[in-house]
This record gives sequence, structure tokens and C-alpha cells, in this order.
Amino acid sequence: MEKYSVYVPRLIKKQENFAPGHRACIGCGEALAVRLAFKALDNNVIVVNATGCMEIVASQLPNTTWHLPWIHTLFENAAAVASGIESAYKAMRRKGMAVPDNTKIVALGGDGATSDIGLQAISGALERGHDFTYICLDNEAYMNTGIQRSSATPFGAVTTTSPAGKKSFGQFSWKKNMPEIVAAHNIPYVATACHSYPFDLMEKVKKAVNTPGPAYVHVLNVCPTGWRSATDTVIKLGRLAVETGVFPLYEVENGEYKMSLDLPKLKPVTSYLKGQGRFRHLSDDLIQQIQDRVNLDYEKLLGKAKNGNKRTARNSKKGTAKA
Amino acid sequence: MTTRVGVEVSIALADAVKLANPDVIAAYPITPQTHIVEHLASLVADGELDAEYIPVESEHSAMSACLGSAASGARTFTATASQGLALMNEVVFVGAPMRLPIVMAVANRALSSPLSIWCDHSDMMSVRDSGWIQIVGENGQQCVDNIICAFRIAEDKRVLLPVMLHLDGFNLTHVIEPITFPEQEAVDKFLPRSPFPLPLNPDKPVAMGEFAPPFIFTEAKWAHEMVMTNSKKVIKEVWDEYEKAFGRKYYAVEKYHSDGAKVVLMTMGAIGETASVAIDEMIADGQDVGQIRLRLWRPFPFEELRESVKDTDVLIVLDRAISYGGPGGPLASEVKSAFYDQAKKPKIVSFVGGLGGRDITVAGFKDLINKGVEIAKTGSKNEYEIYGVRE
Repeated sequence: MEKYSVYVPRLIKKQENFAPGHRACIGCGEALAVRLAFKALDNNVIVVNATGCMEIVASQLPNTTWHLPWIHTLFENAAAVASGIESAYKAMRRKGMAVPDNTKIVALGGDGATSDIGLQAISGALERGHDFTYICLDNEAYMNTGIQRSSATPFGAVTTTSPAGKKSFGQFSWKKNMPEIVAAHNIPYVATACHSYPFDLMEKVKKAVNTPGPAYVHVLNVCPTGWRSATDTVIKLGRLAVETGVFPLYEVENGEYKMSLDLPKLKPVTSYLKGQGRFRHLSDDLIQQIQDRVNLDYEKLLGKAKNGNKRTARNSKKGTAKA
Repeated sequence: MTTRVGVEVSIALADAVKLANPDVIAAYPITPQTHIVEHLASLVADGELDAEYIPVESEHSAMSACLGSAASGARTFTATASQGLALMNEVVFVGAPMRLPIVMAVANRALSSPLSIWCDHSDMMSVRDSGWIQIVGENGQQCVDNIICAFRIAEDKRVLLPVMLHLDGFNLTHVIEPITFPEQEAVDKFLPRSPFPLPLNPDKPVAMGEFAPPFIFTEAKWAHEMVMTNSKKVIKEVWDEYEKAFGRKYYAVEKYHSDGAKVVLMTMGAIGETASVAIDEMIADGQDVGQIRLRLWRPFPFEELRESVKDTDVLIVLDRAISYGGPGGPLASEVKSAFYDQAKKPKIVSFVGGLGGRDITVAGFKDLINKGVEIAKTGSKNEYEIYGVRE
């Protein structure tokens, strides 16, 4: 990894397929993730964008941020639109019509478009085995409409529809585990990534797109606007999400789990929670609940991972943290 | 040589789709559309039709996949009915302003609730203002011919709009009718490939489906309306060409003994053929009656309608859908607005009937026409009558 980070910047192409001039907020982690993801790819890509932040900031007639063919239709149907494009290319190529070779299809959707309203369309497209990549840009709430909770909003987080009050501590449910739901479809490639690990993200996106059949990359993006965090802590918060085990980086390749980072010991979740206004109201008890849940989920994940098994056996209790 | 064969209309329609050689079919099963998509699936499975059949998980995804497919430049078909059309409603409205030439057959069926699998036009009316060209079939032959015309109209560079072909569920989809199939070679000639002007293609990137702020949204709507209005010319042209190639001619308003008739019944869909039998019998009895059938629902053929009943005193309009609390059936209210500012106009009587598969028999149509004439004379306290309802 260390060597990689020395030489890779020189290999990253200069061309911006997600070009400057878009209207994302200051410090938008999502725009960074999208920019990096498409630097990892060639220009043979068609982008299908669900309604959401990335659609809004990049679009507006008559301008576009994209240097790739791009289509937006609705909120919940990016995977279905991608199915149609993939099938069209397949049929037209087979029938000898003039279409470019080796065209890749990448669908982009936020956490709401992916784990809530578009879940059915995604499940259908994965089950049918279309050759496309779905990238979930997870900023853990409906940020585009003004920070409303989604099923990907973490437990305890304040949003405009999961406010904290006398009878509420914020989000009442645990974050839906979308990568696991996708992995249950037995598709060839599933990965999690974060903009704070750019080379890892790029490598995974590239791998996903070059995998025949459906592939899925779930990217956690820090959203200073929605998370009520400072714009200069975006990279740090992304790293802390990973280092605390809140958002572990891993791959599932043909059913085989593989942890992406070697983290001998997780940092306590408080180090991640404290920089974010959305968790400011949490009591020690709630923080402990979050810590316990993170420990449990992380252990479970390590248990599934080939390279995690050994470590679990070696330091079963040491690997996780206390709040 | 072309021969007439007895085929179930759904199967015939699917065979006509095959003649049009689509590249992608995305569909979700719903009664009474199923036989259409089942037959297409088997044509693909047998290698008789070289297309991708996407067995999607919902109608919403069916139409979404159609958007992606048509945007890529592939010839695209789907079919649905009733709740399926309602579920895909959101997506139906997206395709037309994006100018994607998709063709869809709708096996008309009542919308819930109460649940009914039988025919009426409530599903059709739910997408009235979706910006699609909408053709209504009355019999199997019309559906076969018009599905081929639909692809040509949709893909015409002056149009580039999706086209819906409505056919009555069960009353038409599930009946066996004598059909003359056009020859493949002749269809190929009639329906050449017309590449979509700006497809999704990495060699020439385009952005499709961007959002429009207020300064440009109205212009986008205006452009859509212009192309919709002007499409009527192309539709007529295509129907003329079709006649030249295959000998069968279609009109936006089909006249049946209506020229000079004082009383004219207006219908839409397969029920019109039953009505024609009633008209025949009434004429034989010496009554001055005729019929017009609407074949083109959108764009609405205002001039053709006015022309077709220029000598008529009473125009009785039968709707198979209700606009609750409104001025009458959706078709009748369109007809009324077509005549509102005309100096000479017939008395328009609005009936709603044939809901959720309720039959109107030949005797029923005679009764309906007589009632209509009576209402025209005496007037009615109601905006419209629901024919045959047990109050």
C-alpha cells in the first residue's frame, strides 16, 4: 500500500471526466469520490445517475459537468435504466449495428436511491446478471432534499426527520447493511470504499467495472452539510469511520470476503462521533450501544473474511474497541 | 403471398412486433397483457426473434429499462395493462419529453379498486397527458398493422416520440380473429432502421435528462407540444404509406355510415364493433344513425372529428372511464371542447358504460342510442349517464 501511494499519483490520468464547475457544497466528499472513481476508468463508460446530489450538482440544462455519456431519468430506477442500456448494447452488437466495443455501464445512486426507494430495481438488475457496476454514494441521509433520514442513516444520528427531542435520540434504527444485501445476490464483486482511501477506492471501482456481470461498490462519503462537521475534516472523518470499524473496507469476490486494511486495533467510536454535530446530543449510554454494535458487526465481518479469520482467532477481544 | 389466418390477437400482435424486429423487450407480466409478452419471450427463446428480452421485476423497471434501451439507440418494445401502467406511470411521463421512440401495447383493463381484471379505459385515461402518441385498436388486424406503423411513427425524425397502442383487454387480446400478416420483406422495406440521432455512446458523449430551471422548462414543454401537434401530419403520412404497401387504410376518425346521419354514436376500442352491428340493424330498420370510432387519442384529431359529424344533430359519446365529479367521460369532455366555439355543432350526449368488463350488447347499444336521442330532446339534469347502472 505504501509503495502504491508513491507511484500511483503519477499514473492517475489528468483528465477530469467529472469536471470542475459543478455546484457541490464546500468539502463534498461525494464529489471527490465520483471524481476519483472516474479517474480510475477509461472513457468507454456510460453513466446512469439516479436523482440526488450528484445529479443536481452536475446537471442543469444546458450545461453538464460530465465528459462521459450521461443519463438521468428518475430517483429509484438507475439500475433498471442500466439494465436497458446493457441489453441494448448487447443486442445491437450481436445484430451487427454500429456500437463501440467494450462499453461499460456505471450506475450512480445515493444511499436513499439505493437502500430505500431503488432497492427493488437494484435487486432485480443484480439477480438478472446484467454486466454493469452500481456505485452507491452513501452520505447517510437524503442530503439533496435537506438532510432527511434514510435507512442508511446511522443509529442516533440527527436528521431533519429523525430529530433529537425529549422523546427521541435521533435515528431509531441501525444502518441497513446494503453491501451484505447485495452480497446475498451472489454477484461476482462487492466492495466498500471511502474517498479518504483514494487508491483503494479507485482500484475497487476499476476492478468492479472490469468484472463481467454485476458489480457493486458502496462508498461512504463524508457530507459536512448533513453531518454538521467542519469542511476541513472530511478526509479525517472518512479515515476515522474506517479506523473505528464503523465503516470497514472490504471486498467480496465471488463470495470470498477479504478485508482491505490491516487494522490490528480499532479506535473507539467516540473519536469518529465527536467531530460531527449530528451525534452531539448522544448520551454515554447510547455511545456505548453504538460501540457494542460496531464491535459485534466488525467481529462478524472478520469471521467471514479469509484474511480476518486468523486475526480473530489470534486476538479475538483485542481487535475491537471500548467506547 | 399473404394469407388470412385465425390467431389470438395477443399472439398476432406479438408476431407483428417480431416483424418490426425490435432489439430490446422489457416486460413484466400482468393480466390481460400476458399472452403478448409470453409469445415474445418464446420467439426470443426459439431464436425466431433476435432481441434481448429483459424479464424485469416490475413495470416501473420495465419502462425504466425501455428508457435506457431507447436512449442507447435500440428499437424497444414493452406491453402492460391497468395497475402495471399505473405503477410505471412515473416513468411513462419521463420518456416522451426525452423524445425516446419506445412502442408500448396496453391491454386496457380497469384500475383498482375494486379489483377487476376486465376491460375499461381507466388505465388509458391515467396517462392521457403523458405526452405519448396514443392509437386505439378495435380489432386484431388494426393492432397488427398499427404496431408496425407505431415503430415508424415513433422513429420518424420529425416525431421521435413514444407511441402507445391501446387494445381492449380480453374483448380483444384474448379473442381469435382472422389476421392477414404482412410479409417480412415488405415490413423491412416499410420500416427501415432510422438511427436515433443522439444515442448514449462513449464515442460522442451526450447528457440526457438534466434538470431544467424555470428559465428553460416552459420552452422544453413547448417543444414537446409542438412536436406532438405536428406528429399528426406524420401519422397520416405513415398510414397512407401503409395503405400503399399493404392495402389497408387507417384514419384518425373512422366513419361508419356517419356521413349525413342525424344521430351518430362515437366509440373507442373493440366495443365499437358490437356497436356497428347495432348500427347496421337500426339502419335496416330505417333509422337515421351512424357511427364514428376514434383511432387516434393523442394527438387528438379535432378537425377530423368536426368534419366527420358536420351534418349530425345528435352525437352520442360512449366512454369506458369515469372522470369522477367531472363534466362527463374523458372522451366526451374532449369532444365537447372540440365543438364549444363552433357555430354549428351537434347536441352532445355523454354516456359512461362498459366499466370493468360490463358488456354492452347489440340490443344494449340500440337502447343506448335511443336513450341518447331522448336526452338530446328533453335534456337531462345530469352531465352524463352511466349506462345500465343499477342505482
